[in-house]
Amino acid sequence: METTETPAPIPSEPHVTVGKADAPVDGPPRGKREGTVLNVFSHGMLILWAFMVVMPLLWAVMTSFKDDRSIFDSPWSLPDKLHFENWARAWTDANMSDYFLNTVLVVGGSLIGTLVLGSMAAYVLARFDFPGNRFIYYLFIGGMSFPIMLALVPLFYVVNNMGLLNTIHGLILVYIAYSLPFTVFFLTAFFRSLPASVAEAAFVDGASHSRTFFQIMLPMAKPGLISVGIFNFLGQWNQYMLPTVLNTDPDKRVLTQGLVQLAASQGYKGDWSGLFAGLVMAMLPVLAAYIVFQRQVVQGLTAGALK
Amino acid sequence: MHHGKYRFIVGFLTVPLGLYALFVVWPFIQSIYYSFTDWSGLSPEFKMVGFDNYTRLVHDDIFWKSLWHSLLFALVLPPVTIGLALFLAFMINVGGRRRKGGPVISGVRGSSFYKIVYFFPQVLSIAIVALLFAFAYNPDSGAINSLLRGVGLGSVQPLWLGDPGLALWCVMAVLVWSTVGFFVVLFSAGMASIPADLYEAALLDGASRATTFFRITLPLLWDTVQSGWVYMGILALGAESFAVVQIMTTGPGGPDYSTTVMVLYVYQKAFRDGQAAYATTIGVALLVVTLLFAAVVMRLGRRERLEY
Repeated sequence: METTETPAPIPSEPHVTVGKADAPVDGPPRGKREGTVLNVFSHGMLILWAFMVVMPLLWAVMTSFKDDRSIFDSPWSLPDKLHFENWARAWTDANMSDYFLNTVLVVGGSLIGTLVLGSMAAYVLARFDFPGNRFIYYLFIGGMSFPIMLALVPLFYVVNNMGLLNTIHGLILVYIAYSLPFTVFFLTAFFRSLPASVAEAAFVDGASHSRTFFQIMLPMAKPGLISVGIFNFLGQWNQYMLPTVLNTDPDKRVLTQGLVQLAASQGYKGDWSGLFAGLVMAMLPVLAAYIVFQRQVVQGLTAGALK
Repeated sequence: MHHGKYRFIVGFLTVPLGLYALFVVWPFIQSIYYSFTDWSGLSPEFKMVGFDNYTRLVHDDIFWKSLWHSLLFALVLPPVTIGLALFLAFMINVGGRRRKGGPVISGVRGSSFYKIVYFFPQVLSIAIVALLFAFAYNPDSGAINSLLRGVGLGSVQPLWLGDPGLALWCVMAVLVWSTVGFFVVLFSAGMASIPADLYEAALLDGASRATTFFRITLPLLWDTVQSGWVYMGILALGAESFAVVQIMTTGPGGPDYSTTVMVLYVYQKAFRDGQAAYATTIGVALLVVTLLFAAVVMRLGRRERLEY
């Protein structure tokens, strides 16, 4: 609707006649004011919240460059100089490099596993009709709403009995299992939306089912895989509860765990600046990934809640 | 060919389904079974004890405290978070200045900037967020109290996490902080898809902005709000509240159990006190609370579906 002069909403006079070109209402000035007041108010509130979001993060970055004394004496002052040694100390002495490596290994392994296994299951559930299809589908997506903590106690002993406790590959397998519900849910919907004709043509041409899947369907599903991949990357990178329970070997700690342990022990050592450097180090990769893949992150994260 | 199809299906499903059954489904079933035993978790021996664990639960003061705190989380967090997010999303999408010749409602300038920034906490690990705020709340040298001193409120120096009456609210505030952005983005997407002529018609009829929000935006967004409500509740009962409470509050869930939530209590009973069976019983109670919460929200929120 293209109107040039839309009358202003005037609450006291509910029935303003819609102004034709020759019958201007006294709308514009009041309309402008009304819009302006609202606009200023909106911006005010929005900036206030943006400030509240960014402030703690900036504060953490700033603190990571300060020395320990000024962290305590004047938490809000700028650093006297940039203490890069905090970062170096955190990276080497506080084992952040090890935690980083562990996290990369665990997340790398689980991400690939989740995408491969999740897309296989989703493909079968989306495109084939067989007895038990619905049941398996609901079994998978049911996992999205149950409290993980309930399963965690027996899970600990399942993992323990298999000799997978405190191992990187054990953690990978568990991460994959707990990432499957959302992944299968998301990708099933995605595979359903892909045209059936392409796969059928390939099949008629003599391609086997698995060949059709790997060479035709998977490449077609790339956008979906990227969305769900980023979603899982963030979730697995940020995972705290599973490693806390299943991974108690100090050498195998992942970043989140390592940082929490560090915070507990730094209380005695007093290396707060190093701890903040570690904290910022752990925040940067996900913030960077988010800024680069912003659109897909939002897509992946909101898809779960919308359905 | 049929043979090939079934072989393919089985071949593709076995590994994912096997992993999922072994690490997710099986432990769930087991935990309900274990809640009827006296299993310590430390030794492989245990015997059936019927409803003993459940009787014990009823007489456990700390359990009731944790249940109450979890309920508070589930009842307070969704309305606060979703209300704030709706407000901010409405400001982003409707609060813009009207430009000559432009549509009657418009988003604010820089709306995408706000959406990007608001989403920051959502991508950070809740563990990192919890650590960060644990420092900020520190009564002596934390950022918040020194900010208060800085603006001349030196006499107001709460203990924050050390105060049994405040600790739980401090922890909740952190969860609000970290999740609002997600809902702003979610609701913004919903609001952007509402046709502008609906607003135009309402504004022509003299409706105020607030009226348009309650009469147009909210009803059309209701499905999203409702699923967001359930999602937030499950989150507040589950993993996220575990991380914030365990990391931010000291000792056994805050001063005098003032912040113990059900998930934390499950964790402590199982992995600190060696009472695995009792822990699974609390876990079953948590499952019941979660399902009840979802059922109640879905039931109360049922409305006629609006199409546009």
